[in-house]
Amino acid sequence: MDTSIWRPIFYLIGFMAFAGLNAAYLGWCERKGAGHIQRRTGPKEVGPFGLLQPLADGIKLMTKQLLVPRGVDGALFRVAPVLAMIPALTSMVVIPFSDKVQGRAVDLSVLLIFALASIAMIAILLGGWASGNKYAVISAARSVSQNLAYEIPMLVTVITIVMITGSMNLEQIAQAQQGGFWHWNIFRLDKSLLMPVSFIIFYICSIAETNRAPFDMAEAESELIAGFMTEYGSMGFGLFMMGEYLNIVVGACLTTILFLGGWDCPFGLFPGIWWFLIKIYLLIFSIILVRWTYPRTQIYKLLNLSWKILIPFSLVNLLTAALFLKIF
Amino acid sequence: MSVPITCRPDETFVLNLGPQHPATHGVLRVKLTMDGEYIVKAEPVLGYIHRMHEKMAEAGTYAQFMNNTARMDYLHALAYNHGYCLTVERAAGIEVPERVEYIRVITVELNRISSHLLWWAAFVLDLGGFTPLLYAFDDREKILDLLESVTGSRLTYCYFRFGGVYNDIDDNFIEGTRAFLTRLRSRLPRIYHDLVTGNIILRKRIEKIGVVSKEQCRRYGATGPVLRGSGVCYDVRRNEPYSVYPNFDFDVPVYEEGDSMARYMVRMDEIEQSMRIIEQALDQLPEGPIQAKVPKILKPPEGDYYGAVEAARGTFGCRLVSDGTKTPYRLKLRSPTYCNLSMFGEIAEGMLLADALAFMGSLDLVIPEIDR
Repeated sequence: MDTSIWRPIFYLIGFMAFAGLNAAYLGWCERKGAGHIQRRTGPKEVGPFGLLQPLADGIKLMTKQLLVPRGVDGALFRVAPVLAMIPALTSMVVIPFSDKVQGRAVDLSVLLIFALASIAMIAILLGGWASGNKYAVISAARSVSQNLAYEIPMLVTVITIVMITGSMNLEQIAQAQQGGFWHWNIFRLDKSLLMPVSFIIFYICSIAETNRAPFDMAEAESELIAGFMTEYGSMGFGLFMMGEYLNIVVGACLTTILFLGGWDCPFGLFPGIWWFLIKIYLLIFSIILVRWTYPRTQIYKLLNLSWKILIPFSLVNLLTAALFLKIF
Repeated sequence: MSVPITCRPDETFVLNLGPQHPATHGVLRVKLTMDGEYIVKAEPVLGYIHRMHEKMAEAGTYAQFMNNTARMDYLHALAYNHGYCLTVERAAGIEVPERVEYIRVITVELNRISSHLLWWAAFVLDLGGFTPLLYAFDDREKILDLLESVTGSRLTYCYFRFGGVYNDIDDNFIEGTRAFLTRLRSRLPRIYHDLVTGNIILRKRIEKIGVVSKEQCRRYGATGPVLRGSGVCYDVRRNEPYSVYPNFDFDVPVYEEGDSMARYMVRMDEIEQSMRIIEQALDQLPEGPIQAKVPKILKPPEGDYYGAVEAARGTFGCRLVSDGTKTPYRLKLRSPTYCNLSMFGEIAEGMLLADALAFMGSLDLVIPEIDR
């Protein structure tokens, strides 16, 4: 390990760039995608195809005053947006983009990522609570009950994967799925017949966990205006937005690693980081498509979906996988 | 979902919904007393854009008030034109040429379609679906173009005259209308119903939500799609026919359920019925003058007159008291949304905030019409 100094620095810069670009340009992708779904053009004035629009927005947000309204818990109000951003950024470190590109191999990386993901929920809770705005408080309360409800089926499906692979290391989980799409966890019917179902459960949960439509209860603009972000402007708002997009990226990365074979090529050709990127961006695109197609659900129906459908199914899947492991 | 609701003041809070809120579509304010996310009490507060239209009528001549009618329900302005015109014509005893009546029906029905399309867009937007809005606006744009070509304006029309209309419709308008109807016929099942009406999320959001009984409709004087969604077959065009509506064959859609879905379906069916009426009117369109002989300064004889039309949101009634001079002595306007909204407080009690807003959307509120 003679490059021990350069490795962290290189990865730090790399991940910051990757995260920053994603946070900025997923916003652009979303607006452009929404535009084309809605038969509009989307941003097109700033730069070619509106590509400089995120830059313009960023400059605008950064030059605005960070307004802290009266009657607000100042410290928490300022900390919350940072808390929304940091965990997502930190999660990037343990994600294996390919067998060679990984910031830090941690044996319990699955656990670490889910621990960090829960902090994002605390950020929303703090932001909403500190604002002292009634809409924000309702939004925060919704967000917590939603995240709690959806973490359970998500973790149960992850436990299934961990049982099948016998490891909590994301890299090893991906390694175990190499060699064509029939090795991917989503298609491994020999481990449990319900694997495709558990992929769907995980996908739904990742949408709900990242507070995306149709499960964007916390930001339901026709009910709660902007939810927990109502009182935020400037980069406080900017950080929440970036945090949201980074959470989507992390969610897509996790789905890819846990179910879609990580950097593996479906046909066993040239596995590498490009396959990983193709998969995560397809997933992100599907999330954007869902957001701009469906109306929003309602909070109690959302919780019912989790407690009455997703959790039983994921538990059944867990038991089937355990049974298969025992028998075969 | 029935949940025990505490009314103790230390366990509830007041949520001020509006006057600026994305879901109230205008400057409506609702004072909500909430227990968590459940509404204990809802109190609509009106009057933020009251403009004294009725008083303005008493200050000018009969013709001068025509502009104001379009400023009440700006989404179905032509029906308000029609309602006012009809009443004054009845008062002054003006015979309206037949071609004029047909033109009025065609434009009013086109306007009704555009109003329902906009309601649909805004309603789905309330439920969090943004994309359908732009598809509905695409269709609505075609109607606005057509109406602009004959009326000269796109939103606040002042197209009707006593005993006539301002402008005759030409072949371009007729062809354009037929082309539009063909286009909407193909898009209605494909885009509107397949993508939105059949969507499971939407159905779960509005089915069995905001159930309004016939009795409640009667008590609050609800009309229009709200009444027909509660199983009462009442449509002014059918029950108290005016203009040339008796010449057309159309159905009055009625749904028994009384929930938001029923009101949704009533409006979607009404779009189809309006298309049928327009097609028949275009086929039967007679030749003739577009303006009857009307004195320059109108002085209806002394008396008390009433006229009503079916606007997109319900019955628009116009009561005119004339003292024989050139200005109305009193003009009382009965707007449908005012009555439809007044039941909000009773129905919304015990509802979730999200459901209450879905219910409010299904009432199809146009605030300037509530605050005349």
